[in-house]
Amino acid sequence: MSTTVEGLVAPNPPRTAGRPPALTFALRIIGPVLLLAAWYAATSSGALTKDVLAGPQDVIATFGELWADGQLPEALRVSVTRAGLGLVLGASTGLLLGVVSGFTRLGEELVDSSMQALRAIPFLALTSLFIVWFGIEEASKILLIGVACTFPMYVNVSSGVRNVDRKVVEAARSFGLGHLAIAREVVLPGALPSIFAGLRLSTTLSVIALIAAEEINVTAGLGYLMARATDYLRTDILALCVLLYAVIGLLADLALRLAERFTMPWRKAVTLR
Amino acid sequence: MSLAVRTTGLRKVFGDRAVLDGVDLEVRRGEFLALLGASGTGKTTLLRILAGLDAATGGSVLVPPVRTVVFQEPRLVPSKRALANVIIGQGRAARAKGLAALAEVGLSGHADAWPATLSGGEAQRVALARALVREPELLLLDEPFAALDALTRLHMQDLIAELCARHRPAVVLVTHDVEEAILLADRIAVLREGRFVTDLTVRLDRPRDRTDQDFVELRRRLLADLGVDTHAGAAP
Repeated sequence: MSTTVEGLVAPNPPRTAGRPPALTFALRIIGPVLLLAAWYAATSSGALTKDVLAGPQDVIATFGELWADGQLPEALRVSVTRAGLGLVLGASTGLLLGVVSGFTRLGEELVDSSMQALRAIPFLALTSLFIVWFGIEEASKILLIGVACTFPMYVNVSSGVRNVDRKVVEAARSFGLGHLAIAREVVLPGALPSIFAGLRLSTTLSVIALIAAEEINVTAGLGYLMARATDYLRTDILALCVLLYAVIGLLADLALRLAERFTMPWRKAVTLR
Repeated sequence: MSLAVRTTGLRKVFGDRAVLDGVDLEVRRGEFLALLGASGTGKTTLLRILAGLDAATGGSVLVPPVRTVVFQEPRLVPSKRALANVIIGQGRAARAKGLAALAEVGLSGHADAWPATLSGGEAQRVALARALVREPELLLLDEPFAALDALTRLHMQDLIAELCARHRPAVVLVTHDVEEAILLADRIAVLREGRFVTDLTVRLDRPRDRTDQDFVELRRRLLADLGVDTHAGAAP
């Protein structure tokens, strides 16, 4: 190589070249694959008997069976609709209140203290009250999920809106934009990272609230499937439902991460120089 | 005389464009080198490679182990006060040195100020103190005055000249301001299309006078090297 000079060293720049996508994928998949393998090993070796936890191959077989006779598609449709409607309701409430409270002084004074107080109420404690108020039909379930989803959204959005660069807002105001235009053109795009953070937390919570809502008095949905499986000690159905809840959460999260990439094209353009 | 920087055949390729195409550079210890070039000629790229922030595509680089950078923007940590920013990563034992460095840049009264409360020039002086307190053998300045107003820039140029004369690190200053280069540097190199087209020693007495005939002549020559046409008497 080159000649050396006393007292001088070669600089040690950080590696910025990305890993090949195939390797990244392989690294990401290692953990889940190991977990599945451990599950398979534990059940097929007899360490876990079928009345404690069914093996992955049984769960897959049960999945095929329930899917074919139409029970599972119906249960999924009902449950995903509940979670989805509740999420839309809660997230839009949280978004609206968050923007109002983050963007205007008056809004913060009016909204923030009551939201912070309400946030302290564990939504699980509301389950019975909601049945008394809204009946045992769908309304009480969707509202419960909605309430649960409102708060993470509110907290993230209001702080995200507050952190939007005031100088850019001031510049926009000087060019004659009104409150609504500033909110739409500057504040919302600036708060998008926080909005997505809130949305991802709310999505997770919507599945958790779904389970709580389906604990009581259900005649359809994944919770109903689980309640019946408990009666017959069908650990394969129970494990299947647990996995499905996880898959719903994962898919929703994946969709949001993709949406994040497409709605914030300017973030990829950041280079250090 | 011993060296502070040696690069041989240095290449940096972005996509299919060679920003640096075989750069050979030597800087002696204590020497003040100004790198001139129009935008996109690879000045900052070269500086970032010397700093160890970016990797070169090819060629070899040798630099001293202790190097510091003053960037175009102050890049202070907003959650640390001025003094804490100066001695960041050095531990509390460096407080006295940090205060001395702040005093050198004329900011002893601002040790407890938050970066957000400092003016542009003050913040940049804190950044300079942060670079000096580490007693670098190589000080890298990446257009450190570009974001400052004209008056503040003059003060900063004087300050840099004074501090470099006192501490004698090797300095590489990246700039597109020809006058600034002539005012400060012992040697000026002009980058164009990935290579040096000029490398000259400035033989003017310090302090240098912008109205001096030799100064004006040198400025015209460097502007011509940069591809700017000047005729006698034209405004800078």
